[in-house]
Amino acid sequence: MDIELMINSFPKLLSAAVITLKLLSVSLIIGLFIGLFFAILRLNKNIFINRFAYGYSYIFRGTPLLVQIFIIYFGLGQIEYLRLTVLWVILKEPYWCAIIAFALNTGAYTSEILRSAFQTIKPGIIEAGKSLGISNKVIFYKIQIPIAIRQSLPAYGNEIILMMKGTSLASTVTIMDLTGVAKYIISTTFKPIEVFIVAGGIYLFMTFIIHNLIKFLEKKYSFN
Amino acid sequence: MELLAFGDTGWGDELFYATLMTIAVSITAMFIGFLFALIFTPLKLSKNKFLNFIANSYTTIIRGVPELLVIYLFFFGGTGAVMFVASIFGYNEYIEINAFITGAFAIGIISGAYSTEVFRGAIQSIDKGQFEAANVLGLNKFEKFFKIILPQTLRLAIPNLSNVWQITLKDTSLISVTGLVEIMRQSYIAAGSTRDPLFFYSFAAVLYLLLTFVSMKLINRLEVKYSRGY
Repeated sequence: MDIELMINSFPKLLSAAVITLKLLSVSLIIGLFIGLFFAILRLNKNIFINRFAYGYSYIFRGTPLLVQIFIIYFGLGQIEYLRLTVLWVILKEPYWCAIIAFALNTGAYTSEILRSAFQTIKPGIIEAGKSLGISNKVIFYKIQIPIAIRQSLPAYGNEIILMMKGTSLASTVTIMDLTGVAKYIISTTFKPIEVFIVAGGIYLFMTFIIHNLIKFLEKKYSFN
Repeated sequence: MELLAFGDTGWGDELFYATLMTIAVSITAMFIGFLFALIFTPLKLSKNKFLNFIANSYTTIIRGVPELLVIYLFFFGGTGAVMFVASIFGYNEYIEINAFITGAFAIGIISGAYSTEVFRGAIQSIDKGQFEAANVLGLNKFEKFFKIILPQTLRLAIPNLSNVWQITLKDTSLISVTGLVEIMRQSYIAAGSTRDPLFFYSFAAVLYLLLTFVSMKLINRLEVKYSRGY
């Protein structure tokens, strides 16, 4: 055991963890909007809109995240036309490519979580709103969405943790996140176990915080 | 399309073998995962606090740490560990471990943590009466487990195990970082030499979709088989 290496690498890994958290939070926020958008499309009665939303979530849930990142980072740059547009400013940055991939990926999972949450809302609640003369729009924003959020919190908490682990793939497109820095230290010192303990410890700590945060929110938004 | 031709002119046969490799690694990893679940599920259900602690640490650590980090640990640490053990027996030459074994083992350990949780949940949700009924009938431990508990556990576990299978299948794409030529690695090689990453990575995505689609169909059949009588 090389304790000295563990102590020396700790600050480096900790500052890399900040990048991991940034990647995670930005992609979760974008992903939440994408997920909500596609969940609403899934509830649409039009079969084409419905199929489109289902296809989106099926493709992103059925393929590895690594493939998605590679298509966006290596693949899209190949399209000549795209290089001429404003989008290229974003797509040439590995950081944004990773975020786009993460957001689309978590958006697919989030849409499934929210869809099932919307579907478990008892029709009686919506009917009660209607009988009180509340407009459909207000019923949706003030009744359905808050209940759906409460219903989907436990599953969404799992998704956050899965996504946090997913951000480690950013290291494959040259981003020095927690895993990227850990790999760099391992490959220069050949001390995989020590580095794994420190980096893994930081990841576990973040998992622990997220887990408890979700538990707290669940309690706060519970019905009783 | 000529990019996918079989033989020397295209990448069709290479990608076909890479797909077989992905399937082989996934099945091996899933199997290793079952072995781990076989060890850790009883520990999780045991009344002994210490055994509980060991099993809980295993599942918590593996499920809280990124798969890629675990793979790096095995990729860089595997050789060292084996050489250390070999040096105890007096063998000091360099030993290189096969990328397939390292990869399957790393993914297997991850898959095992998820399987353990699935089996624990399934066994815990079996009605207490079933255990008691087996005792009343005077079945021995062996019969009780294989004839009463296991069939019911499988029925409850299969839907969740199919999720574990999907996770395992998708995780194998990460082994590409160790150089094992599965779908992802082969696409990387093909994309590099043809300068057509968009096509090859999209094709890799199609291959993975195909694998998940077919395996879901097969698992659904299994589910029907084990739900007989319900």
